[in-house]
Amino acid sequence: MISFSWLASCKTPTEEVPEEWFDLNGFLKISNNGMVTIMSPNPEIGQNIKTSMPMIVAEELDVDWQNVIVEQAPLNTDIFKRQIAGGSQSIRQSWEALRMAGATARAVLKQAAAEKWKVPANEITTSFGQVEHKASGYKWGYGEVAALAAELPVPEEVALKDVKDFKIVGTSRKNVDAQKIVTGKPLFGLDYKAEGMLYAMIEHPPAFGMDLKSYDASEALAMPGIKDVFVVNTYKEEKERGWFDVDAFNNLIVVVGNSTWEVLSAKKKLKVEWEKTGDLESTEDHLRKLETLSGVEMKQSRKDGNPEQVFKKAAKVIERTYTAPFLAHNTMEPMNFFAHVTDEKAEFVGPIQTPEYMEKSASERLGLPLDKIDIKMTRMGGGFGRRLYGHFLVEAGVISQRLKAPVKLIYTREDDMTFGTYRPAYRADYKAALDENNNLVAFHVRAGGIPESPLFANRFPAGAVDNYLAEQWQIKSNITVGAWRAPRSNFIAGAEQAFLDEIAEAAGKDPIQFRLDLLERTKNNPVGDKNDYDPERYAGVLKLVKEKASWGTQKKTNTSRGVSAYFCHNSYVANVVDLTMKNGKPVIDKVYAAVDCGIVVNPDAATNMVEGGTVDGIGHAMYSAMTFKDGTPDQKNFNSYRLIRHNEAPKNIEVHFVKNKIDPTGLGEPPFPPVIGAVANAMYKATGERTYNQPFMAKDFEIKMI
Amino acid sequence: MASFNLSINGKSHKVDVDSSTPLLWVLRDHLNLVGTKYGCGISICGACTIHLNGNAVRSCQLPVSAVGESKVTTIEGLSENADHPVQKAWLEHDVPQCGYCQAGQIMNAAALLEKNPNPSDEQIENAMSGNICRCGTYLRIKKAIKSVNKI
Repeated sequence: MISFSWLASCKTPTEEVPEEWFDLNGFLKISNNGMVTIMSPNPEIGQNIKTSMPMIVAEELDVDWQNVIVEQAPLNTDIFKRQIAGGSQSIRQSWEALRMAGATARAVLKQAAAEKWKVPANEITTSFGQVEHKASGYKWGYGEVAALAAELPVPEEVALKDVKDFKIVGTSRKNVDAQKIVTGKPLFGLDYKAEGMLYAMIEHPPAFGMDLKSYDASEALAMPGIKDVFVVNTYKEEKERGWFDVDAFNNLIVVVGNSTWEVLSAKKKLKVEWEKTGDLESTEDHLRKLETLSGVEMKQSRKDGNPEQVFKKAAKVIERTYTAPFLAHNTMEPMNFFAHVTDEKAEFVGPIQTPEYMEKSASERLGLPLDKIDIKMTRMGGGFGRRLYGHFLVEAGVISQRLKAPVKLIYTREDDMTFGTYRPAYRADYKAALDENNNLVAFHVRAGGIPESPLFANRFPAGAVDNYLAEQWQIKSNITVGAWRAPRSNFIAGAEQAFLDEIAEAAGKDPIQFRLDLLERTKNNPVGDKNDYDPERYAGVLKLVKEKASWGTQKKTNTSRGVSAYFCHNSYVANVVDLTMKNGKPVIDKVYAAVDCGIVVNPDAATNMVEGGTVDGIGHAMYSAMTFKDGTPDQKNFNSYRLIRHNEAPKNIEVHFVKNKIDPTGLGEPPFPPVIGAVANAMYKATGERTYNQPFMAKDFEIKMI
Repeated sequence: MASFNLSINGKSHKVDVDSSTPLLWVLRDHLNLVGTKYGCGISICGACTIHLNGNAVRSCQLPVSAVGESKVTTIEGLSENADHPVQKAWLEHDVPQCGYCQAGQIMNAAALLEKNPNPSDEQIENAMSGNICRCGTYLRIKKAIKSVNKI
C-alpha cells in the first residue's frame, strides 16, 4: 500500500507517543497517556459527521477535544448501527448510541478509579479526561485507569449528561480532515492506490433503451499499456435487486491497463455496435406526456372534508402548475472503486454511502461469504444520494475477480453523468379555494412525475385546511432514478411555497402571517391525525426568519423579497430571499435562513451545511437540467450541464438556529428545498411575473423546457 | 513513450509517458501527487488547477509535452505544513464540505492573490467562477480569500 493512512488526527499530537491503547468499547480506545481515539462510524460525504459524530462521544466521555484522534470506523454493523449516509439521518439515528458509547466508557473509567483508590464509584467525578475523588484528593488522567477500565464489564444503563452541562456539543469544532484537504493528502477513493493496481474504465450504452450488441477491441488492445478488454455483467439476471442495486446498464465493456490516460485513450478506440432493446425517450415526449397526463391513473393519498363541493361554491379559486426536469447528481469526484478479489476474499476501498448494503450485493455476486467481504470507507467527493447505489463497487469486484488482480475502476465525467440514477422529472398541480372572507377553505394537490411522484400527502398545509385532497400519479420510463438530495422535497417544496405565496396574495394577506395563521389552526384544531409536522416548530422558524430579516419593518430598499418555509428530513427551515434584477438576471443579495434541527452539535459546521444547501438549492432551481434525445442524455459534462458558479451564488447568507434542547436532527438535506420557493417569490416581486418551471433561467441557455 | 524532465514543487522528476498524457494524470498516476483532482477532463470545472510559472492552469488538458521547463506547483507544493496564507485562511474559515474541489479552489485563489493582493468581491467572483464547488461553499471561499491579507 502506498502512502494512504486511515488515521485522521484532529491535530498533530505533541504529547509523547502512546505506548499502549486500551479498547473501552467499539467506538473508542484510550492510550496509557490519555489520548483518545474515537471511531466515526458513518460514511463522510461532506456533511461533516466525521467531526460531529465523534464530538458526541467525546462529550459524554468527558474528555478534552484537543486529545481526541478521529478514525474512520471499519464497516461493522455489530458495533455501529446504520453505517449509511442518507436521509439526513446520521446524527438523528445515532445520537443515543454515540452518547451511550461515551457515557458507558466514562462509567467504567470511574469504576476502575474506584477500585484503584478503594472509594465508592458514585463519589468520583470526571472532567476533561480526568477522574477525581475530591474527598481523598485523588486526581488521575483517564490513561492511568484505562487498562483496568478495559477489563471491566460495560454497564447497560448509565446516566447521560444534562444538555446544559455540554462542553463540546454546541461548540464549533473544525473539520477533522481540513488540514489534509487543504494540503492535498490522499483522502478520497480516487486517490487510493495499491501495489500492482491496474486501472479500469467502462463503456456503457449511449442511451437508455439500448444494450450492447457487439464490439471490436482490436485497436484498443493495440494501444500502449492496455492489458485487456472484456464485457462484464454487473448483476446476475436472476438476482433479486435491492433498492440500492439500481443499475441502468448491466452489460459493460471494460478496458484495463496500466494508467488512467492509457485506458482513457484506448476506450476511445473501441468500435461498438449497440442495439435498441427498449423505448428511446426524448424530453420532447416527456414534456408532452407531462402536459396532457393522458392515461395516467390518479391515486388518492389523502382526503379531508368535501373539497369538490367547496371548490364549486368558492369565492375565489386559484389553480397553478409547476414543473421541474430530471437532474444528475454530479458529485465532483466521479464514481470509482478499488477492488482486490482473490479466491478467498474481497477487499474494497472507495466512496460508498451504503457500505452495509453493498457488502451483501458484492458477496452474492462474487460468490464469497459475507465475512470475506471487506469494504473500507474513504472520504467522498460528494454524495447527494448518488453513492447510495453502488453498482460501481460490484463492477470493480467483478473486474478484479476476472483479472485476479487489484484494480481501480474509474468513471469519466461523461460516464458518470450519463449513467442514470437521476432525480425524476416532476409536475405538481395545485388548486386553492378562498371564501368571501379570504379564508383558505379547500386545497388540492395533484403531483406526479417520470417515473415517480413527489407528493407528501401529510405535510403542511394538510392539517390546516378543512377540505383537502392529495393525489398522485406516475408515468413509466426506462431512465433510472434514485434518491437525489432531499428526494421529492427538492421539487415539491418550491412548488408548494410559491403557490402559498399566490394564495396569500389573492387573500390580501402577508405571506408570513398567512402561513402562521394556518399553522395556528393545525396547532389548535388539526384536521386529521396523520399530519407529520410540528406546527409550533414550523411556526418557530417562520417567526425567527421574520425577526432576523426585519420582515415588514425593513427600510425601503431596491431589493425584492420572498419568503418560504419547509419541513423535511425531521428539520425545519425558513428563508427570506432578497434579490435585484440586473440586466434581466436575478442577483441574490441576501438569504436569511432560520433553522430548527434541535440541538446544534457543531454550530459553525452546521452553518456551513445550511449555506451550502442554500446555494445548491438555488443553483439547481435556476440553472440545472438533464434532457434527452432518443434515450441519450443531452448533457454529458459541465460544458452543457450548468451548475451554479461562484458569481451566481448569493452575496450573503445569514443563518440562525432556533435554540432548544430537542434531540438533534440532520442538515444534509433540509436547507436545500425551501429556498427555491423563496427565490421564486422574490423573482415575482422583482419582475411582476411568476415562475412556474425549473430551471428558472432556462430561457438564458439552450435547453428547451416547457 | 517519451521521457520528460519536469520541475514540480521545486524538485526534478523524470517520467516516461506518452507525450499526449495530460499533466493531471502524470501527477496522479505516475508521481503519486493525488492532491490535484480530476473533475471534468475538459478544463471547465477547475478541480485540476495547478500553477505553471505562477499562473493558474488546468492540468487536465495540458499535455506533459507542453510543460517544458516551466515550473509546476501543485497543492502539495504550495507549502510544506499548510502554512501558505491561503491554506491558513481556508482552515480559519473551515471552508471545505466534501473537500474534493478545494485544492483547485486554493490554487486558483493563491494565483489570484499573487497578482492582486486586495481583490474586490467582483474580482474574486470573476476569478473564481471557473471553479465549481458542488457543495456550494462559495461564500466561505470568498470570505477566506478576503481575509488572507489580514492573517
